[in-house]
Amino acid sequence: MRALRVAIGIAAVIFVAAAAFLLFAWRSEVPEDTAAAEARFAPELVAKGAQLAALGNCIACHTVPGRPAFAGGLALPTPFGTIYSTNITPDRETGIGGWSEAAFERAMREGVDREGSHLYPAFPYEHFTRVSADDNRALYAFLMTRVAVKAEAPENDLPFPLKFRPLLAGWKLLFLDSGEREPDPGQSDAWNRGRYLAEGLGHCGACHTPRNPVGAEDRDRHFGGGEAEGWQAYAINTESKAPIPWDEQDLAFYLRNGWHEFHGVSRGPMAEVTGNLAFLPDSDIAAIATYVRSIMGAPTPEREQRAAQLREAFEGQRPEQAADSQRSPVSASGGQPGEAIYLAACASCHEGERRQPFGGLNFELSTAVNAPNPQNIVNVVLFGLPPADGEASAVMPAFRYLLDDQQVADLLAYMRERFSEEPPWAGLVEQTARTRSGTYKVAVRPSDGIERAPHHVGAEED
Amino acid sequence: MVSLTVNGSPHQIDADPATPLLYVLREELALNGAKYGCGLGQCGSCTVVVDGEAVLSCMVPIMLLEGREITTIEGLGTIDEPGPLQQAFIELQAAQCGYCIPGMMMSAHALLRRNARPSEEEIREALTTNLCRCGTHMRILAAIRRAGELMQAASLPAADQGRAG
Repeated sequence: MRALRVAIGIAAVIFVAAAAFLLFAWRSEVPEDTAAAEARFAPELVAKGAQLAALGNCIACHTVPGRPAFAGGLALPTPFGTIYSTNITPDRETGIGGWSEAAFERAMREGVDREGSHLYPAFPYEHFTRVSADDNRALYAFLMTRVAVKAEAPENDLPFPLKFRPLLAGWKLLFLDSGEREPDPGQSDAWNRGRYLAEGLGHCGACHTPRNPVGAEDRDRHFGGGEAEGWQAYAINTESKAPIPWDEQDLAFYLRNGWHEFHGVSRGPMAEVTGNLAFLPDSDIAAIATYVRSIMGAPTPEREQRAAQLREAFEGQRPEQAADSQRSPVSASGGQPGEAIYLAACASCHEGERRQPFGGLNFELSTAVNAPNPQNIVNVVLFGLPPADGEASAVMPAFRYLLDDQQVADLLAYMRERFSEEPPWAGLVEQTARTRSGTYKVAVRPSDGIERAPHHVGAEED
Repeated sequence: MVSLTVNGSPHQIDADPATPLLYVLREELALNGAKYGCGLGQCGSCTVVVDGEAVLSCMVPIMLLEGREITTIEGLGTIDEPGPLQQAFIELQAAQCGYCIPGMMMSAHALLRRNARPSEEEIREALTTNLCRCGTHMRILAAIRRAGELMQAASLPAADQGRAG
């Protein structure tokens, strides 16, 4: 009898707790705005929204390459399962055609859709919550004036408990610090503007900050390096491994042009980012550079000293002369296997005199060869940099048909030893094999950022 | 000494193992179909096929090629008996100056071995690394489609050839 009473008591407590949680997680539906898709907006507002959408890189996740822009359906692999991006064209049935501006603003600020469902943080509302109401209005105007596309995103492929969206209210309680930030009066206007752009719509941290086991950004390691679409997003704080530390001008140049002579060419998902940043005014690019540079901190005297030597060695005074395989610099006979491959296959371009962005970057300058994880070099060796459509772009031939896993591992081990003072990489053969087979998925794109690759173009898929 | 198998014939090459394949083909083996264009792996005129895949011979040191099957344009047929790709390029007069054509044909050969009926998009994708300064791209595309037809019509379907190789 007593046991039964205790059991009933426990059940009651669980029931009340569950009810309280559901109440806490519940969000109201914003009524459908049947006229929203027909609304008219000032052209200036739409133009401003176009710039903001480029800053937010919205098109990258909300578009399947080769399909209509913003129509969603792109598979986003996460450690928890696959999430499909949604249709954000103004189609009433399958897109956001019935969303009022209030519904849009709530999605950006709180990560809740019009019907009141919690959105997964693959949609980076940790950052978008910082966007001002004015900017949300412009973004809304831009999206609502795109061509409406009827396209239903496939259902997310997540394990059971994660399918239950009210759980996300708990996640947000722990990790979402919502709302705009006050400008820091101790900092310049440019710095504050840069922080607004980089931490808000620009959502740099979504890739460049590591995530904790439940997928939230680790705030203690802000900009400490993360990953995206099979690529390492390098640390852009004090842990940056760039042999020549970034300064503000170099960073602004890189973000503006997608390459820098001391740092190389942007690739992978970053190529899309630099491609999209082309729509922003120079002042905004400079502001982002000011802010990010401040996070990187002052380099140590040793780093500075080394950088001064490298600058002197690599400053753009070399004659513009084509490196080519007829000027193959050294004989590859003898030495360890990785060295022979490097000297015969890599050095003619990577130690040639052709300058960035069309020459190979000298590995003395490479962040990749100093990175804790060799994934980016594995990707580039196997899949190369495909050429952009219809314009001059940096290219690199793919070596996946020429080098087996052991040869790639030998090559990378040699490069690490020669060009970096970091400890050797472990598990190179396995990592190369997983990347080659597509077990580890990599999005391969041309360096101009046009997302042309419809799938993992490099993998030997059946 | 490096042993290479080119168009089915074995060769012993007395050259620095770092020598790019292109120079060995042209200077040692007198196979002058593959062309020197940029020497940077950017123009595609040196394309040959290694184990079924298109690769840029100006970039590939011969030490990586021992024991592998190298096919050059000379391996696709002869003047008297042109292969289907060569026949299609002649039929549709796809060459202007012709310098890029061997590379184009080898990229197409790698594609057609896998897939005798590629879509327009697949053909363009396969040829992104091949440049033509004369601008005969439309004819080149047409010739590749035609070659696919000829291969299908031939007694030995392209897909089987691929498996045999």
